[in-house]
Amino acid sequence: MDFGSINPFVLVASLMVASVPIILAAIGELVVEKAGVLNLGVEGMMIMGAICGFVTAVETSNPYLGFVGGAAGGAALSLIFAFLTQSLLANQVATGLALTLFGLGLSSLIGQSYVGIKPPLTPEVPFGPLADIPGLGVVLFQHDWVVYFSILLIAAVAWVLKKARLGLILRAVGENHEAAHALGYKVQRIRLLAILFGGAMAGMGGAYISLVRVPQWTDGITAGAGWIALAIVVFASWKPWRVLVGAYLFGGITVLQLNLQAAGSSIPVEYLSMSPYLITIVVLVIMSSGKGRALNAPAALGQNFHASR
Amino acid sequence: MSAEKPVLLSVEGVTKGYPGVVANADVSFQIRQGEVHALLGENGAGKSTLVKMIYGLVKPDQGRMTWRGAAYAPPEPRVARASGVAMVFQHFSLFEALNVAENVALGMENPPPMGALAAKIRAVSDAYGLPLDPSRMVGDLSAGERQRVEIIRCLLQDPKLLIMDEPTSVLTPQEVEILFRTLRQLSAEGTAILYISHKLEEIRALCDEATILRRGRVVGTCTPRDRTAREMAEMMVGAVLTPPEKGAKTEWPQTHPALEAANLTVNSPIPFGTSLKGISFAVARGEVLGIAGVAGNGQDELLLALSGEIKSDEGMVKATGVGVGRLGPNDRRRIGFVAAPEDRLGHAAAPDMSLVENAFLTGAIRKGLTNRGFIDWAAAREFADRVIKAYDVRTPGSHVAARALSGGNLQKFVIGRELSQSPDVIVINQPTWGVDAAAAAAIRQAILDRASEGAAVVVISQDLDELLEISDNFAVLNEGRLTPPRPVQGLTMDQIGLMMGGAHGMEEVHHVS
Repeated sequence: MDFGSINPFVLVASLMVASVPIILAAIGELVVEKAGVLNLGVEGMMIMGAICGFVTAVETSNPYLGFVGGAAGGAALSLIFAFLTQSLLANQVATGLALTLFGLGLSSLIGQSYVGIKPPLTPEVPFGPLADIPGLGVVLFQHDWVVYFSILLIAAVAWVLKKARLGLILRAVGENHEAAHALGYKVQRIRLLAILFGGAMAGMGGAYISLVRVPQWTDGITAGAGWIALAIVVFASWKPWRVLVGAYLFGGITVLQLNLQAAGSSIPVEYLSMSPYLITIVVLVIMSSGKGRALNAPAALGQNFHASR
Repeated sequence: MSAEKPVLLSVEGVTKGYPGVVANADVSFQIRQGEVHALLGENGAGKSTLVKMIYGLVKPDQGRMTWRGAAYAPPEPRVARASGVAMVFQHFSLFEALNVAENVALGMENPPPMGALAAKIRAVSDAYGLPLDPSRMVGDLSAGERQRVEIIRCLLQDPKLLIMDEPTSVLTPQEVEILFRTLRQLSAEGTAILYISHKLEEIRALCDEATILRRGRVVGTCTPRDRTAREMAEMMVGAVLTPPEKGAKTEWPQTHPALEAANLTVNSPIPFGTSLKGISFAVARGEVLGIAGVAGNGQDELLLALSGEIKSDEGMVKATGVGVGRLGPNDRRRIGFVAAPEDRLGHAAAPDMSLVENAFLTGAIRKGLTNRGFIDWAAAREFADRVIKAYDVRTPGSHVAARALSGGNLQKFVIGRELSQSPDVIVINQPTWGVDAAAAAAIRQAILDRASEGAAVVVISQDLDELLEISDNFAVLNEGRLTPPRPVQGLTMDQIGLMMGGAHGMEEVHHVS
């Protein structure tokens, strides 16, 4: 890394890597919220994914299985949330917060004997000569598979929400669960599946932190990435491609902050650390100053549904 | 005439119970192909549960249904739809943030791709004279247009039986005419229609047969054309109904009208609301002014402006000649105003507060329920209990949260609370919305009683029959403007329709064939 001047290509490449965990978690949460469920437990699911992915990868010595394990860990935790909010109709905000605290505690319990171990390396996808293109090669062709997967996932979610019947039903459930029920859609089942998807993606994002970004296990390794993911969903006004923009913006600030620190900048890093959240607030203010449904939030967001009569 | 047609759906001895209630007990009836069959009954008579069983949303505990002679027990709406049953819901099952085509697709089993579907929607809507643009957001449509979305969603599935739950409650007379023409066309093509309504004149005009439910049981059948609306109402209620009687007119000595609006112009505080534009009327003591109009034409705003929730210029609202436009709700209560808004849960009543607390909230000033700034709970409870008793509010007690009451019961409580405050000026939006026939009659009678005691009354309603029954003068609110009030005596339906501004651009498509 250049110390005096920051190489822009390396900066872009590293922000792409830095934003992978929040892209995955945010796109999962976007699907959950589109179905009308507000799961504030993203941080908890991420860190469960981080430890489960880490343990799986270390025990099997297979980095790919590690991501599967991470997704499974996140999904397992989200199942608790789904059971509490969809079957027992518990308050979603309180349950989500509890999920985060539970996930943080459980992950450090599981992770006790894994501190200080190196996980197996997740290799770059070999693009051959493409990777050697000056500049472009660093930005586009020197990443591991999860980076490409996360972008494809956004495209897939965007397509499904916009074009596919599954996405239409999902939006319908999040928009007006009473009407969806009256038409014969299984509101709770659809929401359960959305919550599991959200949990799996958060878990995978968490696994990326412990297997690639850091890569090792320490307590509280996600360090608020889940909260950033939640903010990005709102920042993106529930539109998939804007999640990418938001994640790169937030990821970029994280990378810039590290680089500036390394470059010995005189600006206190705290300003940069708080800037993503400040930007979110500013965006929210700008969006909500417009008239009508500018915010684009699903109408039934956070409301529990119980089929009566 | 329908007797020769084969039976389409037969319901035999169907029973459905919920904890503490029997919604349907041993209900049997038949629908023939192409027949328009009315299902009549008061609120809670079990009409909705019955049609939900036919549509597969609810499973019967006992009894059986046959569809074209074969056993029929749809486990879910999908199966019912596949058999050819379609339903238009009372509260529209539409998604505001989705467009028309997406809404239609959600109600279909195997919708074609969006482009083809849009073309189909256009074709069907033209064939039945119900123009509709598939790409518009449902949130931007009028109530009449939303209903078209529901109907077209059903028609695209080529239904054999179309169930309509209270379809005309939000339509103007002209829109109702268009709807009836569509339904008659469908019936002539062989589609049976199961029509739920409490508007008896409409049922007489449209339906071939009627089954009458009371407390979950079939209490009679009739051919609506051969009965009067009064006879059918009495079969529904099981008692002889007395129409509200207007008390003897007293000439109250007065120099100024009790309530006057003079060029009342205010902006709407409600998103997508309708601002009031130059509204003028005067109501004398003992007089009832009925204000009709399709929902969303400024009814809510008018109530807010009269109750004091929206303030206007001093002289825009006057009580006995004195400008009160700047006074807030409590100051207006002090000088004799009471108001009952339409939205019962959340506006007229605080959902999670008890009936005592809700009684206190508006009654505190006029009933003197405070003592040196503290709540006089005993007096508040007594006031709430008195309202509950006088207006036959069915509740275990006044300690119950407002949310726990059924809509009709809460409505009785809210109206009763206002009318029990010996008011001089009464403003009510939708006094009998969702209330059954007997209770509606009681509420109307109570309003007339207050009027004959000398109160000036403004009733805003979408039920024309109700307004014509109790009003002395009649006006229509249209896009925030009020037509000049006219005496009800001698007013014809056609004149009313014209006052309502025709069918609001809902004219039928006259296509050249």
